[in-house]
Amino acid sequence: MRYAMAMDTRKCVGCSDCVVACQTENNVPLGYCRDWIVEAVKGTYPDTVQMHFKSERCMHCENTPCVRTCPTGASHVIDGGIVKVTHDECIGCGACIESCPYDARYVHPEGYVDKCTFCDHRLEQGLNTACVDVCPTSCLIFGDLDDPKSDVSKILQEKDWYVLAPEAGTNPQLYFLK
Amino acid sequence: MKTTRRQFIKIAGAGTAGMAVAGSVLGSVQKVGEKALKKDMLDSELTRTPTYCEVCFWKCAAWVYKDKEGNIKKLIGNDEDQHARGKLCPRGTGGLGMYEDEDRLKKPLIRRTDASGNQYYEEAEWDVALDHIAKKMTGIKKDYGKENMALFVHGAPAKHFEYLFKAFGNENHAEPAYAQCAGPREAGFFATFGSGVGSPEPADMQNSKCIVFIGNHIGENMHNSFVQEVSTAIDNEAKIIVVDPRLSTVASKATHWLAIKPGTDLALLLAWMHVLIYDNIYDKEYIDKYAFGFEELKAHVANYTPEWAAGITTINPELIRESAHTMAAASPASVIHPGRHTTWYGDDTQRERAMAMINALLGAYGRRGGMYMGVKQKLPKYPVPAFPHPHWSWQDITKPKFKNAAVGLTNVLIEASLPEFDKKHQIKGWFIAGTSVINTIPDRKAMFRAIDNQDLIVVVDTMPMEMTGYADVVLPESTYLERHDFSRAGKNRIPQIAFRMPAVKAKYDSKPAWWMAKELGHRLGLEKYYPWKDLEEVLDWQFKQVGTSLEEMKKIGVKTFTASEPIYLLDNEEYEFNTNTGKIELYSTDFAEKGYDAMPKYTRHESPGPGFYHLVYGRAPTHTFGRTQNNPYLHDLYETNSIWINPRTAKLWGIENNSDIWLKNQDGVISEFSAKARVTERIRPDSIYMVHGFGHTSKKLSRAKGRGINDIPLITNIKIDPIMGGTGMRNNFVTFILEEPSREEILAAADYKTAKEKEEEAKNLKKKESKANTEKQNDSIKVTHTKEEAKS
Repeated sequence: MRYAMAMDTRKCVGCSDCVVACQTENNVPLGYCRDWIVEAVKGTYPDTVQMHFKSERCMHCENTPCVRTCPTGASHVIDGGIVKVTHDECIGCGACIESCPYDARYVHPEGYVDKCTFCDHRLEQGLNTACVDVCPTSCLIFGDLDDPKSDVSKILQEKDWYVLAPEAGTNPQLYFLK
Repeated sequence: MKTTRRQFIKIAGAGTAGMAVAGSVLGSVQKVGEKALKKDMLDSELTRTPTYCEVCFWKCAAWVYKDKEGNIKKLIGNDEDQHARGKLCPRGTGGLGMYEDEDRLKKPLIRRTDASGNQYYEEAEWDVALDHIAKKMTGIKKDYGKENMALFVHGAPAKHFEYLFKAFGNENHAEPAYAQCAGPREAGFFATFGSGVGSPEPADMQNSKCIVFIGNHIGENMHNSFVQEVSTAIDNEAKIIVVDPRLSTVASKATHWLAIKPGTDLALLLAWMHVLIYDNIYDKEYIDKYAFGFEELKAHVANYTPEWAAGITTINPELIRESAHTMAAASPASVIHPGRHTTWYGDDTQRERAMAMINALLGAYGRRGGMYMGVKQKLPKYPVPAFPHPHWSWQDITKPKFKNAAVGLTNVLIEASLPEFDKKHQIKGWFIAGTSVINTIPDRKAMFRAIDNQDLIVVVDTMPMEMTGYADVVLPESTYLERHDFSRAGKNRIPQIAFRMPAVKAKYDSKPAWWMAKELGHRLGLEKYYPWKDLEEVLDWQFKQVGTSLEEMKKIGVKTFTASEPIYLLDNEEYEFNTNTGKIELYSTDFAEKGYDAMPKYTRHESPGPGFYHLVYGRAPTHTFGRTQNNPYLHDLYETNSIWINPRTAKLWGIENNSDIWLKNQDGVISEFSAKARVTERIRPDSIYMVHGFGHTSKKLSRAKGRGINDIPLITNIKIDPIMGGTGMRNNFVTFILEEPSREEILAAADYKTAKEKEEEAKNLKKKESKANTEKQNDSIKVTHTKEEAKS
């Protein structure tokens, strides 16, 4: 099993619904977030200006600098390639935050490092992640890459995609559709 | 521009104090540790009750999930509902913040004056507050007439108070949703198809092959099912054409983006009609069968060529031609969306009519992928005696001037509230529910003078919005998560009704609107109109008339019925449109009879002077009007607006990204607060853009107060639509102030002279000079609102 997410930039309207759904589902304190919106603008008005939104979160990389740098073993990988933090074991040193090329982790006010879990508590119940379920544009597609029939496998075969910071060699599992 | 999460946090946490406050508000949610939470949040262990959302007017049906202790955990869209389709937008998802907000109104308040003349609010019990209102209303009835009051409403509370006022014998009801928003499109589409637009707009976008948006920034106006339909359209590889001076979100997804000069849309629409007709690419069969006045229209648009329009709109004529061909190629699955906030320039009904006429030329109306003909399930009214007939109503003071106004106009009722208005029709009391009218209706000078002339102002709200500060009595309403309301039963593709019930007990001493109206009814001697115990009884009765029940609705939330009529025209169907000719009127016989242009003409609108820029305003997906800025969740996502400025303009002024700026409009009005400059290529160099709803002044809105710039005080040049009376608000221009202005400067600037006043002043001066009489100069009227925001 290899969980992954595809994000369709053609459809995203940058509404932040994924952010607030994650906050309420995962009890993320106000002022913090596990997922976020990036607006990318290039070109000049009016002929060449272009814009698109990306909904970003932990990329649940295959190669995990955050797990390697964690001195206590709090950061770890579970079934399906989901990167998690055991809050009780985390000392909040921030080494993982420094090592993450995607700025995907933050220090929770209670002192431990927190991040996206791909809503593994929902996956256990056969549900999708909260962000996927709430998205009004259906621009987030989640599933198992080891299953060639999953929605995410199919869409990644059909469409052109890219990943962020491929040069970091982390092999991230959040794919952006062009 | 790249916004990293770290920056996002920085923005969201810019007020750490606000954060701490918000944290404590949500204490009940956040005390739970993660392990405990995970257990709590398993959907299988939560219970749920139905509602429909009240954060905006889209009214998506939803489920409110609660834990064993009865705490609300989350809100999720109802799968069966056509508005929600199983999802809520960010505002609906964050709707819990409306209930949690610790700044909510908590007790009824009555304005009192102390011995030294200072006014303040006194907390009152409900009986005292309601007795006070009933006594005042009875006084107005006796002194002036029961007709001499006005009701301003928005959202679900509207129906309860409209009912009360009708029972009282008063029909002077108005919603900003008409004269400050959707009115022109209703009038324009009605004149063409004999049917208004309604909500949700019946644009069949999920089946369209081409969708056109005129200044409609869908995705930023987060109309849930519509955003979902546009997303489906993108999957279907539909063409999208966007006309907007700004690279809006939807413009960034468009096949053709027409970066139009503000105020020139009608020139473009006329040129599109020219291309459709003279390139012979309109739906000829459909027009021959259903339309009236084609030859007149053909002659009318003969000279409106793309080359003519190019000089006005700044859009390349080839792009005008190409986009018209794109539309026509997709016909009839091709639609111009009617838009929603359409009170722009004062000739808005005619602009909307041009949009309707293009929909006719594309053969879109009544066609799959064009515009469907919505159907609904009617819910019968609970039987009560007939309402008394008022001696006069809004129609008497509106229709002589604005012949096609379909409902009451807020601006006309405000004009009727001024001391110089004729005594018979002068409004002496306001009842306001669910709308902060001073931040909704432009022309603040008239607003303040009207406020001063009232014997009674009642404001019903959940939050201490600015308007509550001008009230004589403030009534705290329960939020939608704590109350019953009438069911949602509007038109859609399939007839559906959606039910709202309290998920939790009402917080503080707040009450539902139906209860307030009923209690007031009893105090006004209108018992016979309230024969029921509570709204549940009324709802149950209504549900039983259509084959369901309260019990069933509690379980399902949304009920689907079978449509009695098809939503598309059948092939070659003989169809009679509800117009004078029974046809789609390209030439409006109704407008011609009433002395309006039977076909739209281009009129030139004002352009900004040197150093000034078009004030373009719009929405953010995380906020509704000015009512959500204090919601802790939504504030966290988007806490203030910014001023979008093109880099070339910014360079001229030396404005850097994120620097603080103030705005001053063409009449000298200065913004109360500053906002950050957002230097971006997404906006025209001759325009600025800002999100409406910010710059709150109410001190009791602890998170929203002082954040951002409010566009409403800057909208002082208002062009009234002669057909339906809407207030055109986009003829305003602003310039930048880079150094913080003093309080004195801001206050002095608020006492601006309107264009009308300036004109009258000049006239009077002339008169004075020529006659050399001693007539008093008609100077501008000073804003002296004696009703200061009390107890602030």
